Order: sequence, then structure tokens, then C-alpha cells
Amino acid sequence: MTRELMISWFLLIAGGIGLVVLSATSEKGVGTIYVKPVPAANQVQTWTETQRTDSAAVFSPYRTAGVWLAAFLTLAVFSYLYKDNVFYKLAESMIVGVSAGYYLVANFWDSIVALLMTELTPQLVRNWALPSLSETKTVDPWFLVPLVLSLFLFCRFVPRLSWLARWPLAFVVGTFAGLRLVSILDADFISQIRSTIVPLIVLTNGSFNVWASIRNLGLLLSVVTCLAYFFFSVPHQGLFGKVSRVGVWVLMITFGASFAFTVMGRITLLTRRFEFLFIDWLRLIDP
Amino acid sequence: MLDFLNRLDRRWIFLLMALAVAVPVLCKPIFPEQPSPLTRKLFDTIEELPEGSVVYMAFDYDPPSQAELGPMAKSFVRHCCLKKHKMIFANLWPAGPPLVDENIRNVVNGEFASENFVYGEDYVNLGYRPGNQVAITQIATDLRKIYPTDATGKNLGVLPLTRSFKNIFDADLVLNVSAGYPGCKEWVQYAGTKGDLKIGAGVTGVQAPQLFPYYPDQLVGILAAIKGAAEYEAAIAQKYPQYADPQKNEAIKRMGPQLFAHLLMLALIVLGNVVHVANRRRGGVR
Repeated sequence: MTRELMISWFLLIAGGIGLVVLSATSEKGVGTIYVKPVPAANQVQTWTETQRTDSAAVFSPYRTAGVWLAAFLTLAVFSYLYKDNVFYKLAESMIVGVSAGYYLVANFWDSIVALLMTELTPQLVRNWALPSLSETKTVDPWFLVPLVLSLFLFCRFVPRLSWLARWPLAFVVGTFAGLRLVSILDADFISQIRSTIVPLIVLTNGSFNVWASIRNLGLLLSVVTCLAYFFFSVPHQGLFGKVSRVGVWVLMITFGASFAFTVMGRITLLTRRFEFLFIDWLRLIDP
Repeated sequence: MLDFLNRLDRRWIFLLMALAVAVPVLCKPIFPEQPSPLTRKLFDTIEELPEGSVVYMAFDYDPPSQAELGPMAKSFVRHCCLKKHKMIFANLWPAGPPLVDENIRNVVNGEFASENFVYGEDYVNLGYRPGNQVAITQIATDLRKIYPTDATGKNLGVLPLTRSFKNIFDADLVLNVSAGYPGCKEWVQYAGTKGDLKIGAGVTGVQAPQLFPYYPDQLVGILAAIKGAAEYEAAIAQKYPQYADPQKNEAIKRMGPQLFAHLLMLALIVLGNVVHVANRRRGGVR
């Protein structure tokens, strides 16, 4: 038995013993969820989570199982940090499978039914899935075009007709190119140039505002030096070389800020997972 | 010592980071937060809207970014409820609807249950629609084309709040909680460019540096990462004392582990550089 395997077994056994001891001694219960009914106007009964001490509390086996499964998957993913293992692979496969299934169902109802079938077969959809759909809604034959184009995509599986699959792709590429060209030109080019045109001497209530002036000057210098760095038609030597060198520093500061924000985001994710383990599962602390 | 550091197994670093985050989660240290100008501007925009203004809540995120964006979304909903604004919820991420439902359940119908907000009059949940930027373009031109019904299948024409709501420009403000694509950038590009539209955003840390250039002309304010969420909670607490208890504010509580994890990161960066310089002086290339 290798050292790593011994440590893995030790952690598993120690964790298991700790869970048993905690379950036996904890007054709040480990990973147990209690619910109570919510008064509802319609016939559908809904439930909300509550404390075990609530007089209307009922033990929920399904939600409890959900918490334990979530805790297992969290620990399974964490276990990768020690070494790749079967639990991590299981969690990874489950995430891929569940995501694919969820996205398929969500897109069927929200795309095919809600956007396409409501236009082509409103009566059928009203009777079958959306009883509140407007009675005045009529068939819109224009929606046959996206239906046919969608079916063309499946022609990829028939070698003799595979060329038909290019038509919907051409439509998508063309539409997105047109949409993006106009929007990006406006939002990211013209508007950004306008935002860069700022006064270098800022007067606030008639007096000189030092910090605002420095900020605007910094903004202008940063833009100019970065543009200089990406201007390759002139050799980066002499004064131009020094200006472009400042541009590199501005870029480095920007990358540093991006990295720091990314680190902050990842630590937040880790914090939430620990909150889940300590509060929702083990009940070590109050929320 | 240098040899020990050179051979240090990286799993010890993982363990240190786990402790740096786990111990503050258990001990719950609280540090004071002050709203930055970006946060303050967004808070003031919502605060200054007259009561009953229509706010379009574009919650474009899903469970993987819930830790960062959940507190922002909750604060936005809470602030709108405090100001009695009308809210139209929608999202463009397939796994997003349960998170919108959670905010409605816990805040609109939970925290503010005594206000008796009525579905259809005070708030509407449009649900998820695919299409990314095409969907945003549709929302900016004709909402009914992409949302003939709400999330429960009700015709928008029969709901008082959406009866006369033709497109996004009928909203007084768009609050976007964005985890990536489609998100804040697309709202600025495909809706913001079509007319005079106020957009405020709460975004993940990864996106934030790309979105700062949009402030203040194209975005009225930005909440960047969990820090922005904590600042927004602090802004609400300053104005509404019933939220002054830091233990009621998720993002403020999450700033404790952030501090200790950042201190550890700084220490490790310094240590890494010291080891690097020491190795160079010794003459070994590692």
C-alpha cells in the first residue's frame, strides 16, 4: 500500500467516524431537512424548509438525500486536489450528464415549444401545454422558415444531402456578423472614443479638482501608450519605444487587476462550498 | 530551508488555503465596508427612482456563479422591494430560473411577505429564453415576440404590469446580474445602443475589468465581484438600519475569508519570489 493510498484511507475512515460521532451528538441533526406546508391558493401543495423544533415540521427524506448527495459531490470534487480518483471522475461525469439532460429539456420547452410551436400550432400548444396562451393568436407561416432551416441541420447525417446543412449555418453566421458589426461599432468603438474625450483640467464649483484632473490625465495617457504599443508600423525605438514601454506597463497592471478579480471570484466559490458543508450539512454553526 | 521550499508539495499550499478560508467561515469575523463610487452611483440610481418605477431584472447567471452573484441579486430585489418598485424578472441562462424563483420566494414573498406584493401587478417572472444577443435585440424591440407568455404560461397581455410593456425602453432601469455570455456586455451592446436606456450591473470578478470602461456613460454603476456585493449591502444598511446587522448580509460575511485568503496569497507570492531570487543567487536554475 502506497503512502498516498494510506492517507486517503485514513481521511475516509477519520471522516466517517467524525460524521457518526457528530450525528450522534448534534442537537441540530446532521444534514437533515425539515419542511412545513405553505398555504397556497391553488391546488398545488408547496413546502418550505423549517427548523426541527417547528410544531408543523415534517422530515423531508428527498431534501435530506439532496443535501447528502451535494455534500458527497462537493467532497468528491475537492478530493481531486489530493489526487485524481474514482470519486472525482464520478462527480465529473454526473455534472456532464445532468447538465446535458437539463439543457435539453429547458431548451425544448423554452425554445421549441414557447417560440416555435406557439407560432405554428397555437391551438395545439394552448390545449397541451400553455392554456393561458392568447385565444387571438393565429398561425404565423413565416415561422416555417426557421423550422425548415432547423431540419436542414440534420441533413448533415445524410451524405447526399449534407450540403443543405450549410444553409442554416450561413444564416446564423450572416445574422450574427451583421448584428455584431453594428452593435460593437457603436458600443465599443464610437462610445469608447467619446468616453475618452475628457477635460484634462477639471473644475468643480469653479475650483481646480486635482484628483479628477489626475484621473483624466491617467486615462488619456494609458489609452495613448497602449495604442502606441499595438502600433507596429513604426520601430519601437527612441521616444516611441519608451512610450510603448509605458503601454506595456499599463497592460500589465490591467492583467494584474484581472488576475486579482479572478482570484477573488474563486475564493468566493470556495467560501460558499465551505458554508454549505459547515452550515447546511454538518450544522456546525448557525447561518 | 531553501531545499525544503523547492521540494514543497503543492498540496500543502492547498491545505493552507483551505484553512485560510474555512477558519474564518467558522469564526465569522466581520470587517467594515464602505460603498465605492461605482456602488454608490448604482445605489443612488435605484434610490432616486420614484416609487412604482418599473425595473427589469435581467438575472443572467446560474448556480456556478451563485456564490458571487447571489448576494447582489438578493440586494437588488431587496432594494426594489424597499422602494416598492415594480419588478420584471427574466433570464437568458438555461439554469437560471430556479435562482430567480429563489429570490422571489425568499425576498419578495418571504422577507417582504407583509407588503403583500401581488404577482402580475408588482412583479412578473418572464422566465428563460434562449437566443443570447438575438433575444436581447428582441427584448429591445418587441418583448412579446420572444415572451408571449410569462414563466408560468400566462399571457403577458392579461397581466397588469406587462400589459402595456412593449419593450425594454418601457423600463425605468435595467438591473443586470451577469455571469458571462450572454450578460452585461451584450446588454450594453444590443440594448444600450438602441436608445436611452439606464443599465446597472452586478458582475463576476472575471468580467469586471472588461466592463469598467462602460462606466459611467454606458452603465450607471457596476458591482464588481463579492466586494461590490458587500459594498452594496453596506449601502443598504446605511440607509435602512434594519439591515445593519452584518450577519444578515451574506456578502459582508464572505469578505472575512477573502481577507485571510488574500493575505495568504500575498505571503505566498512574496515567498515564491524570495525562493526564486535565492535560487538565482545560488546559481541553480529551477
